[in-house]
Amino acid sequence: MKQKTVAVVGAAETTEMGKIPNTSQLMLHADAALNAMQDAGLTAKDIDGIATAGDSPVEVAHYLGITPTWVDGTSVGGCSFMLHVRHAAAAINEGLCNTVLITHAESGRSRVGARRFARDPASQQGQFEVPYGITNPPSMFTIPALRYMKTYGVTEEDLAHVAVVQREWASMNPRASFRDLITVDDVLNSKMIAWPFRLLMCCLVTDGGGALILTSAERARDFPQKPVYILGTGESCETPMISQMEDFTTSKAFRVSGRKAFEEAGIKHSDVDHLMIYDAFAHLPVYGLEDLGFCERGQGAAFIREGNTRPGAKLPLNTNGGGLSYMHSGMYGMYALQESVRQMRGIAPAQVPGAKISIAHGVGGMFASSGTIVFSNEAP
Amino acid sequence: MAEYNRPLPAPTPETRHFWDGCREGELRLQRCTSCRESYFPPRPFCPACGSREVEVYKASGKATLYSYVINHRPRPDFGDVPHSIAVVTLEEGPRMMTNIVDCPQTPDALILDMRLEVTFEKASDEISLPKFRPAKG
Repeated sequence: MKQKTVAVVGAAETTEMGKIPNTSQLMLHADAALNAMQDAGLTAKDIDGIATAGDSPVEVAHYLGITPTWVDGTSVGGCSFMLHVRHAAAAINEGLCNTVLITHAESGRSRVGARRFARDPASQQGQFEVPYGITNPPSMFTIPALRYMKTYGVTEEDLAHVAVVQREWASMNPRASFRDLITVDDVLNSKMIAWPFRLLMCCLVTDGGGALILTSAERARDFPQKPVYILGTGESCETPMISQMEDFTTSKAFRVSGRKAFEEAGIKHSDVDHLMIYDAFAHLPVYGLEDLGFCERGQGAAFIREGNTRPGAKLPLNTNGGGLSYMHSGMYGMYALQESVRQMRGIAPAQVPGAKISIAHGVGGMFASSGTIVFSNEAP
Repeated sequence: MAEYNRPLPAPTPETRHFWDGCREGELRLQRCTSCRESYFPPRPFCPACGSREVEVYKASGKATLYSYVINHRPRPDFGDVPHSIAVVTLEEGPRMMTNIVDCPQTPDALILDMRLEVTFEKASDEISLPKFRPAKG
């Protein structure tokens, strides 16, 4: 990808977050989109590219009154929006469109106008995983962790530390769903969900959404907000079935996507001031730190336990509180991107002083897919 | 036999031999006749080299425990106590999801790398599910 040729000029979340029982999923898309358009000083007539996941981009475009010349319905789980950013940057560079709107919305908790989730019993997962009692992410995404823990001597206490540190960040964020500080004991005494995972090691289930608007870096200077440039991007996928992951101690999709994003951006790990790693469960930031190359294999949990990702420490991680404490409506990748953009604009509730480079790394499905975006607030 | 009111697999032409095998008490894998790779889930070509020259064979049914969780969320169709959802490494190499049965569903009883053997649980006239229990002897 050509560096610094595309920028985020509009970014917003839904007006409300958490429990929104009076709004349908489609209207949550529109609410986030309208907020992002207002942020960018644009209307639907100015948008000529549309992308969303889960729901159809056709539905979102029509509802908002957008007539696009570029459409992307890539839907590979919660990191889909990272892939949309990557595809949009390529499309803008290629001249397929000028101004792209990417939306996410999910009535994940209230289920107003939300899709029903069903797996075909003839699908690979329907035949070879569903019969054994997997119901939803807490009984699937968690399965590899025990192998990781045995391989590297990582304990339940270590996993609990991830939740504790993220709550520290959430305590600084007025929009976070959970803001009261917690201890390792609180986590280890919370309800058992799927051993070794307890409730406070699992993400929230909320309602909400977010939207981003991208355009060329050249045009970005004329918008009301400080542009946030895209330095590098990556994407990959591995398997639709958690049982068929190549190695339970590392995600191939993370490694491939992360390496690509670093290469495109031409940056070193020490250049990164701020990091978001999609944390559907407490082991995800640990895998992410290692697979992105911030830590040696087996060192991710100790890195967090020793305080390196806390407020004021050397690698601020999941500064909105993450899926564990901020919000998680179903496809959290959009909220990781939103927090990276806020940090690069310098307006985050828990702002990292002087941050110039931010990475948002997402997962889709259960280690099924991945997308990575490197942002910078420095002009080309 | 517990009442099976949960979703059961619907075999496709490419997976039929596997489910026929389970019904007949055999764990069937496939392997490539050119590169000799064993693989799972079933498909009529080798995922390692792309060859369509593959054969079905009876696996040993021996495995080791690779990883698992003990699900505590309500699943009335699995009874009213927590149950394991596991991934095992078959002696021939491939991994598969399963449940570990005939042993307590506790961390103390379910030890990673423990030796296991296949057992088949009849769910319907067509479908028997391959499950694994601690190996005897």
